[in-house]
This record gives sequence, C-alpha cells and structure tokens, in this order.
Amino acid sequence: MSAFLNAYADVLIAMVKVLAVVIVLLTTVAYLSWFERKVVAHMQSRWGPERVGPYGLIQPLADGAKFLFKEDPTPAGVDRFVYFFAPFLALSLAMTTIAVIPLGPGQLEIFGRRTWFSIAEVDLSLLVVFAITALSVYGVALAGWASNSKYPLLGGLRSSAQMLSYEISMTMSVVGTVLMTNTFSLRQIVEAQRGGLSHWFLFPQFLGFLCFAISAVAETNRAPFDLVEAEQELVGGFHTEYASFKFAMFFMAEYGAMVTVSLMLSVLFFGGYFSPFPDAARFHWTLYLPAVAGLAGGALLLVNGIRYHTALGRAVLPLVALVLMGIGGLCALPAVIGVIQGPFWLATKAFVILFIYVWLRGTLPRLRYDQLMNFGWKVLLPVSLANVLATSLVVALGK
Amino acid sequence: MSPDLILFFLLAAVALAGAINLIVQTHPIHSALSLIVVMVALAGIYLLLGAELLAAVQIIVYAGAIMVLFVFIIMLLNAGKEERTSLSHAASWLGVPLAVVLTVVIGWRMGHSAPSPAMGGNVSGVSRTLSEMLFTSYVFPFELTSILILVAILGAVALAKRDF
Repeated sequence: MSAFLNAYADVLIAMVKVLAVVIVLLTTVAYLSWFERKVVAHMQSRWGPERVGPYGLIQPLADGAKFLFKEDPTPAGVDRFVYFFAPFLALSLAMTTIAVIPLGPGQLEIFGRRTWFSIAEVDLSLLVVFAITALSVYGVALAGWASNSKYPLLGGLRSSAQMLSYEISMTMSVVGTVLMTNTFSLRQIVEAQRGGLSHWFLFPQFLGFLCFAISAVAETNRAPFDLVEAEQELVGGFHTEYASFKFAMFFMAEYGAMVTVSLMLSVLFFGGYFSPFPDAARFHWTLYLPAVAGLAGGALLLVNGIRYHTALGRAVLPLVALVLMGIGGLCALPAVIGVIQGPFWLATKAFVILFIYVWLRGTLPRLRYDQLMNFGWKVLLPVSLANVLATSLVVALGK
Repeated sequence: MSPDLILFFLLAAVALAGAINLIVQTHPIHSALSLIVVMVALAGIYLLLGAELLAAVQIIVYAGAIMVLFVFIIMLLNAGKEERTSLSHAASWLGVPLAVVLTVVIGWRMGHSAPSPAMGGNVSGVSRTLSEMLFTSYVFPFELTSILILVAILGAVALAKRDF
C-alpha cells in the first residue's frame, strides 16, 4: 500500500491541488455573475439582484437550480454529437488554463512531499496557455454550426473569425515580455518581477500590456467586442439554440475565460503573486494585510448585516461575517501567513482586473463587426509588432 | 506499471481510436474532430518523451490553426453525410493485405532495433538550440518559407476579393 502511494504520490497530490483549485474556480465563476450584475446595475443607477437572499447573494445558486430544472429542448436537424459536445469542450478548455498559472512563490509541503505552488509546473507554460486559447475557438465554431439555424451559424462564424484575429495580436504582444526574460515559463516571468511595484513589467512593456488587454477582451467575446452575442443583432449568436444546462456551460466558460485572462494579466504585467511592496524590513507590516482585509471585510459585513431589512439577512449575514473574520484571523497565524501572501496578492490583482472587465461592459458601447475586425488587423497587430521590434532593439542594444 | 507507462497506453489507445473513428465516420465534420483528437493525443505522447516545445507547437499550429481551417471549410461548404459503400476490389484484394503487411514489418523492425539515444530532457535548451539553428544555419530556407506563405496569403485575399 505504501509502495503504491509512493509511486503515485505525485499523481495524488496533483489531484488534491486540482480539487482545491476547481472548487475555488467554480465558486468564483458563479459569484462573478452576481458581481457583474451588481456592478453593472449600480453603474446604471439601479440595484441589481437584491431579493434572492441577502444582497442577492443566493442569486447564482437560484440560477443554477433554474438551469438544472429547465426544459432542455434539442432542435430538429442538429448534428447530435457535435451539439452536445461543443459546450463541454468550451467549458473544459476554459477551466484548464489555470493549471499552469503559478499561484504562489516556490514550493509547498503537502503531506510531507514538496511540490510547486501551481497545479502543473511546465517549462513552456506560456505556450500551453496559447495552445488552449487556440483550441477554444472550436467550442464556439462547432456550437454555431451544429445548431442548424442561420443566426447561430452566422454568430458562430463571426465569433470564431474574431477570436482567430485577436489571438494573433494577443500572442505577439507577449513576445516583448519573453524577450525581456528569455523564458517561456510563467513562473520565471513572475520571478523576474520580484522587488515590488517598480519592477512590474507594466512599465517597460506598457504597449504590450495595452495590446494584450484589448486582445484578451476581444478573445473572450466580452463587451465592447460582444457583437456576436448581442441580442439586438443575432438573437443569441452561437448559443441561441442552447437552453438550460448547456447554455449555463457556455456562460460558465465565458466567465472562466475572464478569470483566466485576469490571472494572465496579473502574472505577465502586474507581478503575479508578489506584493507591490518591496521585500524590505520596513514593509514587514504588509504581511498582515490579508488578515486585516479579512477582519475589516467581516466587520463591515457584520455591522451591515445586523441592521439588514429581512429576518433571514439578520440571521445569516452576521454568521458569514464571523466566518470571514475567522479566516482573516487565521491569516495572521505564523503557520499560514507565509503561504497566504502569494495567492492573496494574485487574487487581489485578478479581482481588480475583473472589476475593470465588468466596468468596460457597463460603460462602453459595442463595436460593429467591421470596426472590430479593422481594429484587430489594422491597428492592434501593427502596434504589437512595433512593440516586438522596439523591445528587441532595446534588448539587443543593451547587451 | 509506472504512471508514465499507463499514460502512454492511454494516449496511444486514444490516438488509435481517433484514427479508426476518422475512417469509419460518414460525416466529414466528425472525421475532422477525430483527427483533432489524434493530434492532441500525439501531443501528449510528445510530452511524455520530453519534447515539450514540439507538443505545444503541435497543438497551437496543427490542432489550433490548420484543423480550424479544415473545420471551417467543411462547415462553409455544407458537406453532408457520405454514403457508406462496400470496399472496392482494389482495396479489399490489394490495399488491406498490404497495409497489414506494412504494419507487421514496421512493428518488427522497431521492436528489434537498438534503442535510440535519450532525447535532450533540458527543455529550455531545446527552444534555444532550435532558434539558434533556425536563425543561423537555416535562415535562408526560413525567410524563403515566410515569403512563400506571404504569397499564399496575398493569393487567397486576391481570389476572395474578385467580383464575379
């Protein structure tokens, strides 16, 4: 038994890591929909989900239950296998990229064995991310085609053409970073940004950051590049003929891709799991920031929860607040405080980027399809190539 | 039974199943999807051999761009289900027996040949060596290939723009 455990220890540890990350990812994706609805609503001077549980927090669970119980019709004449397969493909690809993203510095001790602080430590993790992005075109194209209907086909073709075009400028905009660090490994790219805010690649690679951010928003089919999902133009685009659970899978795939892109932006340009404060002794107090955040958030929720206007809210919110404060207190313990720093800063940066993503959706009008394609090919691609040229000149002259 | 061996058999089985499914399916889209499965399984086998760059490039270029082109063509040409016919005489008397003979011969030779020297496991070394060779010894074919692809792109755009 112990021989079996020894041989397969790495596999079992990988499974434990996958379980932990998938649970966090699925919860994040579900509550990202709540977050988006609340933020866009407040930007439009209205409330957003308020009734389904205190502060509308049960809304994602209610939506999930609705999706499970709704009727799931299959249109006539669809290609059965591809129709059922496309949403699975989209969802599984969206959930896979997080496996190679470094979540924290160095190595961890799990059950006595040392393992890297990411699900899979690959030397070419940047290329793996691009490979999975390249494959995610299939989910959209096949869904549009398999639906045997003109609006999905049109939406699916337009969406896949958009994704293919912006994929090119997305990969080109990262080449500058690769030139600066001489490696394809995301962990090495983060390690090259050690030392605080001034070392982040945001500043030397600002053009690359802009190109990558815009291409990524277009790649994930989010506003203002979401013409292919616009109800006014194409009914629902490639997911028109999908109901209940399969539609929920496309929904989750889109949010999963948003989370992946936010993590990639943090890793490539914002220092990844490093804190913006340098590692000097006078910044030692910043180690307690996760604990402070948990305690402050919990206290705020407690104060508001006690005075909430429904009885359920008054009963549940203080309990949630106490749990949050407990987690905050845990983060101050010496056993946890070292480990929690990396994921805390990565999560904070990703959260800020997700907020900007949602902000874009609530603010900007969408681009027309020809404007979108023009922009991708005639503006973003030359700009990212210019970035590659400039960076390689600087790197070569600096040697 | 190390995990590596189990993974190899799994990937090989997936590749074989995909290849057989490719031939057996009647609708071209299903065949194209099976081909994508074969390529992804092959990329997994390259990973097991330590050729990480090759695996990544296989998925990005082959499965992610070339097969997307195939899938688009099949979708846009509205290719329908093929009819299943019986094998022609040439295939059943000549083709299938010769294919079996070929498989046996190749398997025999590979099983009895000396093991090849171990591949370089140092991955970042592979990318560096590859790019050094590409931009020094092989720069002329590289540039010529780029011009060839550029000519192909221009030709495709010119053909698509032509008004009938």
